Amino acid sequence: MIKVKVYVTLKEGVLDPQGKAIEQALQAKNFQGVRDMRVGKYMEFYLNEDEATDHQIQEMCEQLLANPVIEDYRYETEEVISV
Amino acid sequence: MKFAVVVFPGSNCDSDMFYAIQGVLGEEVEYVSHHSSDLSQFDAVLLPGGFSYGDYLRSGAIASVSPIVNAIKDFASEGKPVLGVCNGFQILLEAGLLNGAMKRNHELKFVCDTTPLIVEQSETIFTSEYEQFERIELPIAHAEGNYDCDDETLKDLEAHDQIVFRYADNPNGSKADIAGIVNKEGNVLGMMPHPERAVEEILGTDDGLKLFRSILVNWRETHAITS
Repeated sequence: MIKVKVYVTLKEGVLDPQGKAIEQALQAKNFQGVRDMRVGKYMEFYLNEDEATDHQIQEMCEQLLANPVIEDYRYETEEVISV
Repeated sequence: MKFAVVVFPGSNCDSDMFYAIQGVLGEEVEYVSHHSSDLSQFDAVLLPGGFSYGDYLRSGAIASVSPIVNAIKDFASEGKPVLGVCNGFQILLEAGLLNGAMKRNHELKFVCDTTPLIVEQSETIFTSEYEQFERIELPIAHAEGNYDCDDETLKDLEAHDQIVFRYADNPNGSKADIAGIVNKEGNVLGMMPHPERAVEEILGTDDGLKLFRSILVNWRETHAITS
């Protein structure tokens, strides 16, 4: 089995007010060095080896998991021993 | 004229929409399940507001892959009118029937208010009963109505007169004050404000009624019995 981890965040140019609010909250707790906080989504799922092609995963991300108009995505895959 | 009101799990403005058509406009209307894939007996399709699928993943994202949406795509490609309000607009964006995307409101708050709008295009089948640049007031109730698109898409929307409603007092941070857009063909309209909640004066404003009247008037004109 292949474990797929997908990370979705707002595109760089898109204002992330939630990230901004969290950044300010950390600064209010005296973590002054915090910059450019972005909040995103993390998804993980499993695929059979033969289905875990880059093409397949990119299609999943572009067609549903991320909205390419406002979001960026990246993913990692790792082989796991099936139970 | 026969309207369909599509019901998704989590729709909550479906009965308002139904009432606006049957109770006020006085036309035929039926609820249609998201499982259905047949719209052949209808003349117009209405996508109501709400929180389809609990807004999981993104507003409208899961609904946009339900069986009825494929039927809506076919229906729209035949040039028949499709109106999406609030979550209905979000579904149309996610389904790719309209361009752009919705972000959280710029202040991250759910806004529930009555807001002034400018009718930017009175030459669509949805707005022909309004005056050009008429100022109207409609209720809004959403957390994700902050419309966004890239600059090229915005230019394209403007070049083809696709921006139908603009906020007079932008409540959510929407790009170019966009409150509602139509597709290039002019038969698919998405808007965040709720015309179905503004069809009788007792509701505070009946400024939404002209939208439904426009759909009816234009349908009658194209289906006039010539005898």
